Amino acid sequence: MTNPNGRFGIHGGQYIPETLMNAVIELEQAYNHYKNDTAFNEELTELFNEYAGRPSRLYYAEKMTKDLGGARIYLKREDLNHTGSHKINNVLGQALLAKKMGKTRLIAETGAGQHGVATATAAALMNMECVVFMGEEDTKRQALNVYRMRLLGAEVIPVKSGTATLKDAVSEAMREWTSRIDDTHYCLGSVMGPHPFPTIVRDFQAVISKETKSQILKKEGRLPNAVIACVGGGSNAIGSFYHFIEDKNVQLIGCEAAGRGTDTFETAATVNTGRVGIFHGMKSYFCQDEYGQIAPVYSISAGLDYPGIGPEHAYLHDINRAQYVPVTDDEAVNAFEYLSRTEGIIPAIESAHAVAHAMKLAPQMDRDKIIVVTISGRGDKDCAAIARYRGENISE
Amino acid sequence: MSNIYKAFENKKAFIPFFTCGDPDLETTEAAVRQAVKNGAALIELGIPFSDPTAEGPVIQGANLRALSGGVTTDKVFDTVRRLRKDVTVPFVFMTYSNVVFSYGAEKFLSLCADTGIDGIILADLPFEEKEEFQSCCDKYGVDLISLIAPTSENRIAMIAKQAQGFIYVVSSLGVTGVRSEIRTDLKSIIDVIRQNTTVPCAIGFGISTPEQARDMAQIADGVIVGSAIIKLIEQHGKASPEYVGKYVKQMVEAVNEA
Repeated sequence: MTNPNGRFGIHGGQYIPETLMNAVIELEQAYNHYKNDTAFNEELTELFNEYAGRPSRLYYAEKMTKDLGGARIYLKREDLNHTGSHKINNVLGQALLAKKMGKTRLIAETGAGQHGVATATAAALMNMECVVFMGEEDTKRQALNVYRMRLLGAEVIPVKSGTATLKDAVSEAMREWTSRIDDTHYCLGSVMGPHPFPTIVRDFQAVISKETKSQILKKEGRLPNAVIACVGGGSNAIGSFYHFIEDKNVQLIGCEAAGRGTDTFETAATVNTGRVGIFHGMKSYFCQDEYGQIAPVYSISAGLDYPGIGPEHAYLHDINRAQYVPVTDDEAVNAFEYLSRTEGIIPAIESAHAVAHAMKLAPQMDRDKIIVVTISGRGDKDCAAIARYRGENISE
Repeated sequence: MSNIYKAFENKKAFIPFFTCGDPDLETTEAAVRQAVKNGAALIELGIPFSDPTAEGPVIQGANLRALSGGVTTDKVFDTVRRLRKDVTVPFVFMTYSNVVFSYGAEKFLSLCADTGIDGIILADLPFEEKEEFQSCCDKYGVDLISLIAPTSENRIAMIAKQAQGFIYVVSSLGVTGVRSEIRTDLKSIIDVIRQNTTVPCAIGFGISTPEQARDMAQIADGVIVGSAIIKLIEQHGKASPEYVGKYVKQMVEAVNEA
């Protein structure tokens, strides 16, 4: 799907300062070498299975299915991975790659803190130094994850510039990388940024759909009718979609954070409200004003609170292979509570956006249809924020 | 070819950078006039961007102040038109790809030609992506300025061979901002550039003192200063043009000593 210049249709590319060009070229060469290296892949599989706890379960949500009265709903349980989200898949791959490249230090951006925690974990495991950039606003929303990262030995730098959220954390991590390249790998957390990151991160996350496909064939003897995942930058979504892209009968649905609604300015629904632009190293859809100034986006979810979307998603949208639907804060919070009560599974507020759409879609589908919803992460980190949303002030 | 070469004719060029609209466009205009009056050879005009990923805190702050003051690309073009009534030194825009892309490359570059902009520098546009804007630049006779960094190594010859206007040599790793010391072996980089092109080289990033400027002018054809000027503007606000003029004067003198 990627052409040699890292393009997905018109999207992607490498719009970065000259200072970083040799670093991304070196990364691409190393990745092209190791992705076909048997020893590297065996080592990564060992880490996936023995350390991260893969394969993750594909769970038939029987109570939810019966309650909604439509399609059969399966949950792909990335929340059960070590560190509590899909982020570990990409991080183990990149950290191992960085180690092979002789790097001794990992830097990362984080929104909700899940990618930061995963990076800090891999750094601890592989004896690497780790610095995580996190918007100051997010360090407040996700204080527990800040503590977890520090506990794991990482330095957490609160980013005060701009809107002090995920986009600013990405900008600051890029700035840091331009000042220290020799020993440092930028462990980007989503399918975004300059080539080769969107491809590398997708390949490491593609394990999700690879497993889902064989699991659903085993359980149901057929492919699902729809795969649903939440989308910020879009890493769990592309991982959930990837091995189904060629299966044209499988509907692929990405759920964007609409915040307070796509008709308000307080939204992060990039495909639904943005237009094509160039930012953070890539051409893709971005929320921006008429002069190309990047919009200060909003969502209750710190992990989806990003003004752009990965270039491969932009392409899947352009060719109409995937649909991107907006889900509001309210809908996501309802789904967060619904899944907790119905199935005893507390999803991350990010993943709750996907659950919310499944709740709308399932009743409209026949009972012999199948939906797979990726639960990208666990929701423990969100409990205090959701309590506040409901007007209950609890301390963590 | 644009008029940029004139800035380097028979002299070393001192090139000050201004973020347009910090603190307002009237001050930018007055500061540019003071800089030119005191010997600046070429003016680099920054069009503010919400998320300037190649900038340090000083220029980030300037971008933010300008944008919160309501500066837009159209208002910057208006300022250029006013300046061009009496200022003749070459002007280059420095901004980010999305500012040009979002405005429409064709429309943006035709306005550059109309208002008298000689070149553009895009901090996030490397050699591999320059075709995004190169054909429009060529069509309207606006130079697309290339950057070469301390990490460019095997890329220097390739970039230099296709360079136009001047080459922006980035002195150090990292983002823009004042540095007490510049350690990169810039002479070796510039030697490789000179083997591949006759386009002049100007060094920027981290330069603030007359001593640094003189040292850099000994190895290059010009010296670019941004953050040190933005700091003066931040400190003196609307009264800053006078201070900018004095500063430019001593920097021009230092560069000419080289």
